[in-house]
Order: sequence, then structure tokens, then C-alpha cells
Amino acid sequence: MKYVDEFRDPEKAKALFREIEALAQRIETKDGKPLQVMEVCGGHTHSIFRYGLEAMLPEKIELVHGPGCPVCVLPMGRVDDCLALAERPEVIFTTFGDAMRVPGSRKSLMQAKAEGADVRMVYSPLDALALARDNPEREVVFFALGFETTMPSTALTVLQAEAEGIANFSLFCNHITIIPTIKAILDSPDLRVDGFLGPGHVSMVIGNRPYDFIARHYRRPLVIAGFEPLDILHALWMLLTQFAEGRCEIENQYDRIVDGEGNRQALEAVAKVFELREFFEWRGLGSIDHSGLRMREAYARFDAERRFPVPQVKIADPASCQCGEVLKGVIKPWQCKVFGTACTPETPVGALMVSSEGSCAAYYQYGGGSRERAPVEAAE
Amino acid sequence: MCLGIPGRIVEISDAANKLATVEIGGVRRPVNIACIVDEEYPVERCLGDWVLVHVGFAMSRIDEEQAARTLEALTELGEVQAELAAMRGSGGG
Repeated sequence: MKYVDEFRDPEKAKALFREIEALAQRIETKDGKPLQVMEVCGGHTHSIFRYGLEAMLPEKIELVHGPGCPVCVLPMGRVDDCLALAERPEVIFTTFGDAMRVPGSRKSLMQAKAEGADVRMVYSPLDALALARDNPEREVVFFALGFETTMPSTALTVLQAEAEGIANFSLFCNHITIIPTIKAILDSPDLRVDGFLGPGHVSMVIGNRPYDFIARHYRRPLVIAGFEPLDILHALWMLLTQFAEGRCEIENQYDRIVDGEGNRQALEAVAKVFELREFFEWRGLGSIDHSGLRMREAYARFDAERRFPVPQVKIADPASCQCGEVLKGVIKPWQCKVFGTACTPETPVGALMVSSEGSCAAYYQYGGGSRERAPVEAAE
Repeated sequence: MCLGIPGRIVEISDAANKLATVEIGGVRRPVNIACIVDEEYPVERCLGDWVLVHVGFAMSRIDEEQAARTLEALTELGEVQAELAAMRGSGGG
């Protein structure tokens, strides 16, 4: 259990909690069920658990931790493809550290590295490009993953490689895009989510406009939020105000970073290098149309999928794993059959147990698995 | 990976390729600044700016106070430590 005193501005936090409580009392819900609010960003999930926000909120508000962690939604088949690339003798396989432990059907990248594959963790795709520059006799493959926040960085790295004429650098492109993903969630028949907290840094890149359809066609409000606990509370308060006033709009709490237009330079680089795939396979959610990116033909020489044989075998999620239902808010992490037994952060079965931004790992780590809501008084 | 980290541009290292040196939590590293420059805000003007850096790319300009606050929040989340460790270990594997 965390305390309001830990907040940067405890008085403001207390005031927000009070107002949220008051608003929650005013709002009528269907069948008296709690209002479900989904945060789409893994950074939000991390903050919510780190500060124990969920337990401090009124019972009427239920947070659903959406598919915002790109590592968590990586299907086993794609991890196997990484392994096939990493195990080639000429390849130096470079990746963000988060992806090292994601289980493939046989092993993870970390295990492959222990067995002798040349797998290196990098902080930036620029560091992978530097490795290519320094090792002209080797092939450096960068495992590109993430939503729109990291997409511009890999696009610009490819453009840099092109400008320098570096021939031994390529991307294994697994970027995913937020809008079709939210749409797929909204289209799923068992969905109950009433409103969304929108991702801050994805929105910094894409702007506010792409979300308009969520309010217009699906009649769900969305508030773009920063990742600090006060940002999240403020955004929740804005969302509840919309419910109370019967409004349904796209609003922006994180206006110190996000503006309506997004980042033009970043979007141009992304559009130049990448195009949409017809569909992309997700762990826990199945195949989602137009949700993944691949490299355009003009950049084929930087595309690891075109340059090397990649098995691309589709591997079903383990049958015992209920990540998909957790992602959509149909069940809570601890209601999954294997949570905390067969599936733990040390031996993850499902994607949501892998990264600290995955909701199952977060529940496990921060003790949210107590299954009881702590009384709000404990926060005062 | 997704939260980024604030840093200050202390040197323009390669204006043609839009590369700068950014000091992040006492660590200096090359950062690409292509996303925060345009005709109206050229590379040279970025010296001394505070920026939000995502995986080696400056994605947004922020003010100094915001930078300090963001660093504080990220430290509490354990993100600063993780990012700096990733920067130091990068490439070495």
C-alpha cells in the first residue's frame, strides 16, 4: 500500500482523490457495475502500480491495464524469428533489454545468448548502427519494436544508414501501431470498457486527432495523460467529469508535451521508411488488421526479413494463458488459471508476466494479487 | 523504453547529420535531434535546450523546471537508473 504523502504534491493529490470520489458517486452505471477505464500505455500501468493508485480509487472505478507494453504483446513466433536471426554466425543481433526475457517456443534471447549467440543489448538503434560501422565483416540486425514512440528512432536510423552507405545494418521490424489496436479492442464483443486514458508519448508523436473516431463512432471518451501519478489522477478526474456531464470527447491532460499536430519530422521519417502490414499477430489478442509495420520496398536492403530467411511460423499462445481476457478487462490478472502458480515473473507463461509494464507482473510484484481493495482511508 | 528521459544539449557534434551530445543524469551520449529541428528552429539554436530523449532521439523540447520534475518522477519509478544502465551497457552485451 502506498501513501498520498509520497506524491509530489500531496495536497493536490488529496484534493483530486476527493473530487474523483464525489464524481464517482454522481455517476450512474449500468447494472451498478464499476466504471471501467483502460490505460493503453505500459508506462501508465507501471506508475499506477508503483503508486498503488488503484487501491486508493473509489470502488466504482476499475482500471483495466491495456495492451500498451510492446514487449508483452510480442507473439512467440516472432521471438522464434529473432532466435533464427540471432543464431546465424555472421549476425550480431541487437535489442532493447526489455525483449531479452520474452519466451519463444523453445527459449528466450537471453538463453540463446547464454548458449553462444551474439545477442547484444543496446540503448538506442543508433548504438546498433555504430556496431555495424565498427564491425564491417559482421551483419548487425536491430530488433525494432514498440509503438509510435520508438518508430521514429528506427526510421531515422535507417535513413542515417542509407546516408552513410552502411550495408551491413538491417532492421527486424516489429513495430506496432496504436490506432488499429484500440479499434480492435473496441470491436471485441466482450468489451466493457467505458473510457480510456490515452498514451502520452505516443500522442506526442501522432497528436490528438487520430483518436477522434473513438469518441465519434464508439462513444467512448479518451483523455491523453502524462505518466506521473498526479497526471494520471488529473486525467481520471477529467474523464469522470465527462461521464458526469454526459460528454464524450478526446481531451488532453498532457498538454505540456502533446499538441494536436504531433511531431511532423517524426511522422515524415516513419512514413518514408515504413508501411502498414495487412495484419500482425499479437500475443493474447490474436491477429489485428493493419496493426503492424514493415519496411517499404525502397528500403528492402535494410530489411532483415528480406535479407535473411525468417521462419515466420505462427505459434499459438499457451492454452492455459488468459492474457487476452486480462488485456480486455474481462478478468483480473489473479483470476487467470495460471497466475502466480505456473506463470510467475521468473517463469512467465503469458506475455503480461514478462515486463514490469505488464499488468500480471505488476500485480505480482507490487502485491496487487492480494485480491482485496485496500480501504481508501489507508491513503489519507 | 517508452517514458524517455530529460537531458540537456551540451554540444552540436554533427550539424549535417543532426547529431548532438546530450547530458543525461551526468552521462553524455550522442543523441539525434532531427525531430526537434526545422527551418524555423535550426540545429545550432538547440545548444543548451532541455529535451525529452527516447532511445537516443530527442523527441520534444521541454523547459528546465519540467525537466527537473520529470527526472524526479522517473527516478521514483526506477526508470532513470534503468535508462542510465542501458546507456552505459549499450553495445557491449
